[in-house]
Amino acid sequence: MLQTQEVPWREGIYDVLKEIDVRQVVYVPDAGHSLLIERCLADPGIKAGPLTNEFEAVGMCAGAWLGGEKAVALMQSSGVGNIVNALGLIRSCGFPLLMLITMRGEWGEFNPWQLPMGQATPHVLEAAGVIVNRAALPEEVVDVVRASAALAFNSYCPVAVLISQRVIGAKVFK
Amino acid sequence: MPIQNERRLDRRPAVARLIADRRDMLIVAGLGSAIWDVEAAGENPLNFYLLGAMGSVLPTAMGLALAQPSRRVMALTGDAELLMGLGALPTLGVRRPSNLAVVVLDNERFGETGGQASHTAEGVDLAGYAEASGIPVVLRVDDEAGLDDLRNRLHRDEGPLFACVKVNPDMPPVVMPIRDGFTGMRRFREALLGHDALKQ
Repeated sequence: MLQTQEVPWREGIYDVLKEIDVRQVVYVPDAGHSLLIERCLADPGIKAGPLTNEFEAVGMCAGAWLGGEKAVALMQSSGVGNIVNALGLIRSCGFPLLMLITMRGEWGEFNPWQLPMGQATPHVLEAAGVIVNRAALPEEVVDVVRASAALAFNSYCPVAVLISQRVIGAKVFK
Repeated sequence: MPIQNERRLDRRPAVARLIADRRDMLIVAGLGSAIWDVEAAGENPLNFYLLGAMGSVLPTAMGLALAQPSRRVMALTGDAELLMGLGALPTLGVRRPSNLAVVVLDNERFGETGGQASHTAEGVDLAGYAEASGIPVVLRVDDEAGLDDLRNRLHRDEGPLFACVKVNPDMPPVVMPIRDGFTGMRRFREALLGHDALKQ
């Protein structure tokens, strides 16, 4: 069973998305994003829905921008491995892209299968030309998301916020 | 290889006929022959082309259709491009933007890489996959009457609509559009959203 600690940063991310007028949210779920996903699904001002694969997030967010809307992609770090070739769309056209990525395979991880992609995540993103901003502590999450959103949408570039497992609370099964 | 369907259309005239009266439809096309076909039918800033990121045509068109619910949007792509991002069809079945049409030019080939047989050459049924994904309107097109029906439905039907158009494997000459994605993206946004959108 999953145990997470409820802290205000989850609510704070939703507030930032509203502040900057995000109209579309796409996700492959992660427990760390579950409250945010619920809030987005319940908001008539946000069109939100699940993906089968994080790969789709890149096109969906680019398409939203083509149509004049801001979109945000939510995923966990394992999903980063699925998006690499699609990122060519962002880099080749100068699209903004904001990805909020909950980390696995680092702080206190109990599942060794999460380590390969989790440890590779920042390197893979940077190699593909994505700006990586880390949020290592709960109190900095909202600021990092706000600054990353400004960077992505005002300077037309792909930005990933890596939300540490330390922030989310390491997943435990019991 | 087995030929699943003897009756086929020629892709270039088929696309020309399909979009001859496109009105203000937005077109997202991709990788690669579908792009040449659309561009051959006439340069238009409301065409957005993906010359890479294979598998991203449908997701891109879906994000656009959700952002522009009052405009008709067509994703035009090939069988291999769709196969690479096939999970987007169940996503479309869930999101269901009614203004989106997905038209697949199915030549049963990886056309740009030497014409190797694709999965559809062995009978994999993309229209069946679309039906199973919950797409409300699914068409199988292999003749001109079917093409004219599709053309009318593009502007009329409550979608999303999915059409698998069987085409001959011939490769008409490449008609290269602007390859620079920065230009392509910004002129599309300017044409759709107005000049001030570029200052966003």
